[in-house]
Amino acid sequence: MADLANLRLTSEEIDRMAHDLDEILTHMDKLDELDTSEVEPMAQVLFEAGETASLRPDVEHVPLGTDVALANAPLKGAGHFKVPKVIER
Amino acid sequence: MNLTELTITSIREGLRTKQFSASELATEALRFADAENPKTNALLMTSPERALAAARRVDDAIARGEELGALAGVPVAVKDVIVTKDLRTTCGSKLLEHYIPPYNATAVDRLEAAGGVIIGKANCDEFAMGSSNENSAYGPVRNPVDPQRVPGGSSGGSAASVAQGTSVVALGSDTGGSVRQPASFCGVVGVTPTYGRVSRYGLVAFASSLDHIGPFARNVRDAATLLQIIAGKDLADSTSAPAPVPDYTALLDGNVKGMRIGLPKEYFKGLASETGDLIAAGADKLRRLGCEITEISMPHTEYAIAAYYIIATAEASSNLARYDGVRYTTRSANSDTLSNMYRNTRGEGFGAECKRRIMLGTYVLSAGYYDAYYLKAQRVRSLITRDFTQAFERVDAIIAPVSPFPAFRLGEKTSDPLEMYLSDIYTITGSLAGIPCMSVPCGNTAAGLPVGMQILTRHFDEPGMFRLAHAFEQG
Repeated sequence: MADLANLRLTSEEIDRMAHDLDEILTHMDKLDELDTSEVEPMAQVLFEAGETASLRPDVEHVPLGTDVALANAPLKGAGHFKVPKVIER
Repeated sequence: MNLTELTITSIREGLRTKQFSASELATEALRFADAENPKTNALLMTSPERALAAARRVDDAIARGEELGALAGVPVAVKDVIVTKDLRTTCGSKLLEHYIPPYNATAVDRLEAAGGVIIGKANCDEFAMGSSNENSAYGPVRNPVDPQRVPGGSSGGSAASVAQGTSVVALGSDTGGSVRQPASFCGVVGVTPTYGRVSRYGLVAFASSLDHIGPFARNVRDAATLLQIIAGKDLADSTSAPAPVPDYTALLDGNVKGMRIGLPKEYFKGLASETGDLIAAGADKLRRLGCEITEISMPHTEYAIAAYYIIATAEASSNLARYDGVRYTTRSANSDTLSNMYRNTRGEGFGAECKRRIMLGTYVLSAGYYDAYYLKAQRVRSLITRDFTQAFERVDAIIAPVSPFPAFRLGEKTSDPLEMYLSDIYTITGSLAGIPCMSVPCGNTAAGLPVGMQILTRHFDEPGMFRLAHAFEQG
């Protein structure tokens, strides 16, 4: 699971995490008491609005420039973010 | 001027009658913050240049005889999960220790346009994850009422700053109670508006379907004034609501006669007796003001914690994926390959609570568990929302506790994360439904600890919520 989450954990962290998640997931099992077969899932708080209410006018606006967007990058060059090698074999 | 007692109204009066200039006020507020902040650690940094420049603009406007903005000269603290252009924004995380945002949150733009003076950035739990402000990478915040106790979380710095006097009003953010609970613990007013009422543009995302920006203030009128300024449609946030923003302060007329108030019976089980007594006394006060109090039932309340911590962590695991060492300032030094860079940067950068929530969220979204946890929780969210819809057919507002207990001691609950999660029970239900809710001071325990009463109303009925809170406060 830590690999899936892209988190490097120490062995102490893994022990603690296993204990905590076990306890929390046991509490989550409480939801099984409810029959929700006839209930729609709620992904978002929604209100009555026209179909296009969330669209902005189709007008050009100036985005952040490349230099500004890169300003917080730990490593950059030639207008790009730089990362270690991607192909690992 | 006494910084611990100033309000938006009294600052306006002080500027109008030339008791002080905005620059004098800002200078004094900065001096006070430098002297007092070490007692609480509520502010992570002050922003003197920005504050003095904003104050000068207000003084220039006064000199030219111009109409003043609603927040003219008012010292504001901004929670450090809300981005401020060119002003360091850390989210309480080591990962963003050097992050300088290239833009302002919409709420920040709006409050500065109204003459607000940003004094500094407020401490908070890392990425707004916590109920005690003990998860900040920059040290916990202490409650100004009792420094041995927590200020609540995750907006603990914002609440403590307003209570302590290092700001007059503050912005916080609320995902499951992170404005209301610290407001209750510190004895100030804290408001979570309807979902979408305030743009989330520039609020660093924790759980996007639950995140709100909300105001802290010393009284209901100031909270209403600040919300008025920051609310409204924003083209940069497609979930911001297009509904017009009413004039909240014009509706604070004290008339709550005949207002129907519901007390959910499920909320009063297992409540610390002093908190329960204070809320009961609050209900009696509302009855004397002419409200009709009835008991109601919210049968799905006991499932709210489980549903919330599935949905919120699922969304968080996705939102926090962006802190991978590529764009946001911090990268692990020991990274020979891309995947090691991701894992090391995140493993070294995130604190324990963020890691716990990322792991939990990753688990409930993973193949084979998605239906059993995430989809199930979304269905339960519908049931909890339906509890509110049905209650609001019978009543105009609901009153409830904010927290099962008043401010606890630092370290008291850090060893058991589930116990900490369970303490969010009364605030989480309103968050899941996306309705407006607020905490208004309701008295102190025998030990002198503040207790807040929660008021919840229908979607977009901030006017009803403020009217009731104001009548309660003045009554």
